[in-house]
Amino acid sequence: MQKHYWNEYQKEIAADRYFYARSCIRQTFFPGSETAFLKILQDELGKDIYDSADQHTCSGIGYHGDVVPFLTTSTVIARLFSLMTEAGYKNYVPSCITSFGLIVEVLDTWKHFPETLEQTRESLLKATGRTFEIPENVAHPSDIIYKFRNELKSKMKYQLIEKSTGRPLRGVEHIGCHYAKVFPDKGVGGAEFPHVLAGMIESWGGEVVDYPERRHCCGFGFRNYLVQANRGYSVSNSHKKFESMAPYKPDFIIANCPGCAMFLDKWQYTIAEMEGKTYDEQGRGIPVFTYEELAGLLLGYDPWKLGVQIHQVQAESFLDKIGIEYNPDEKYKGASGEELEHPQKPSVLKV
Amino acid sequence: MNIVDCIIIGGGPAGMEAANRLTDQGFQVLLFEKEPELGGKLRQWDKLFPDFTLAQDILKMLNDNIASNKLEIKTGNTIRELRQSTDEGNSKEWEVIDGNGESHRARTVLITTGFDFFDATRKEEYGYGIYPNVITSVELEEQLKNGKIEIASNSKNDPNIAFIQCVGSRDEKVGNHYCSRNCCICAVKQAIEVKELLPQSEVTCYYMDLRMFGQSYEELYRKAQQEFRVNFIRGRVSEISPTLENRVILKAEDTLLSRPIRATVDLVVLMVGMEPSETTAQLSKSLNMSDPYGYIASKNSYTADNETQHKGLFVAGTAKRQLAIPDVIRDADAAAFTIAKHLKNGK
Repeated sequence: MQKHYWNEYQKEIAADRYFYARSCIRQTFFPGSETAFLKILQDELGKDIYDSADQHTCSGIGYHGDVVPFLTTSTVIARLFSLMTEAGYKNYVPSCITSFGLIVEVLDTWKHFPETLEQTRESLLKATGRTFEIPENVAHPSDIIYKFRNELKSKMKYQLIEKSTGRPLRGVEHIGCHYAKVFPDKGVGGAEFPHVLAGMIESWGGEVVDYPERRHCCGFGFRNYLVQANRGYSVSNSHKKFESMAPYKPDFIIANCPGCAMFLDKWQYTIAEMEGKTYDEQGRGIPVFTYEELAGLLLGYDPWKLGVQIHQVQAESFLDKIGIEYNPDEKYKGASGEELEHPQKPSVLKV
Repeated sequence: MNIVDCIIIGGGPAGMEAANRLTDQGFQVLLFEKEPELGGKLRQWDKLFPDFTLAQDILKMLNDNIASNKLEIKTGNTIRELRQSTDEGNSKEWEVIDGNGESHRARTVLITTGFDFFDATRKEEYGYGIYPNVITSVELEEQLKNGKIEIASNSKNDPNIAFIQCVGSRDEKVGNHYCSRNCCICAVKQAIEVKELLPQSEVTCYYMDLRMFGQSYEELYRKAQQEFRVNFIRGRVSEISPTLENRVILKAEDTLLSRPIRATVDLVVLMVGMEPSETTAQLSKSLNMSDPYGYIASKNSYTADNETQHKGLFVAGTAKRQLAIPDVIRDADAAAFTIAKHLKNGK
């Protein structure tokens, strides 16, 4: 019998009353994702989730870019915890995967080196006059969607099935490095065979593609991208993954990291411009979604309100396969109905 | 109640050899084995390194001696408890409660409960249990015994076969810092046997160090390279993933050439290391004589290597560390000698 490693990595995920911490960059790249998550939790699942207006960065980008030291980072995170404490919540839900990984790292450091916790408490008190409680539960939003994936399935209008043939769609799942590679027991399914996104694909009718470079990093790697001279490393990592997954003919990719979802999407344009190569048979590229976008699309939310038109690889091929309804005329309309400027077309990638 | 001279717990090569040596000298021995048959892990093996002696020949010799000796054997019987008898101050005796709840007493006890193979699923990155073409050295030995190597991939080319050393040994991640001592030479032996069965195959061993310390080990290693064209790459494999043709890709770093390697192969053999058996770990813990890994610590590895810190309680074979078959048999002989001396002196 085939071994299911992921079964051995099941973590505790709080069932309700969440404090939501937004990502610094996700609202730019995936403008509908965080809103969709809140809507899914509040409207579909009836959960209590608090979206504080006072929140701020966790400093993760600076920390991983080697410009913010650990104690500063832990104090900034402690301030976020103090907002949670003040609001009366105990379950912390950071939207960004790097925030999630960093919070897990900070909590682990506090556990093993209690003096760093005391230093942090003192620094926060001196700087802001604030105190905080350590969260009882830290879960990534993808953990929560995973936890309720079957409940959501019962509310979904569509499944990951090709309308014309009944074929399950093939999905590539890509986990952010900071989700489980640092602390495998903090991710559903561990680091080698993560199940958090695979579980969603399977539950929602699709098939997971197990390809050779499945665990390989997308290439974002803060220093790879933030240092402009290193960007070749970044694109070459994504290139390696696309070359590896292409023979399996995936219908879509989902990711739970802001960097992964962005780079797996945008580097397809770059590679197409550089090499004239695309990774699907029609030359449109492989659509990349966040897990909230995927859940939202299957729940029947308007694709344009989810913001999937902002992606580099356009979503229509995926929407048409499933039969998801959309109005092409609404694609570039703003919130108040005005027609926005249309983006330029790439020279190779078809849109 | 009859009090025997020695109860031996574990009927593998060490237990069998010690039982034979003690009964040869006229001592009354009771031998426990949890499996239905005697022989331990030797029963799973086809040929032994470094000279390809048939394991069944060694087993036959041990069994023939057992058959010719007056020896009480309880197979299919596990040990529930081992303790020093507390009756009327007669604390020199040992009491064994067997799996049926029966009590047995002895003047001495010899523990030969041996080892278990490392559970390869703990090295998740190798995908053992997921990809059918990733097997352990134990499973390969079974195939060698049957004279047929099963290749799961659809590839029509000559098979490419990789051996990965140190699976569960010298590995901080799984908590085993020690070297299992037998896997390097065993991989060399198995690689040669694979080449004999599949001469057109490409066989590569991925290793950290090759520890060819035993007599004739180095010669066999050279023979594998020169006569059988087995490749040896110094590099730790980091990951194994599937391909569309049901083959697998392994990633490693060639640390001599300082470059990454990717190889597409049809069969991966994980050279699983040794760990204390469940009974060994249980006894070493319950009697407070465990080394850091759960093996039984001897009283003094230089001068009293078959004794434990408890009087009348002895240990032999792989219950105390990683040994090969010849070492196990020599160690069992030494244990029998030590126990005989103890019994004769009436200590």
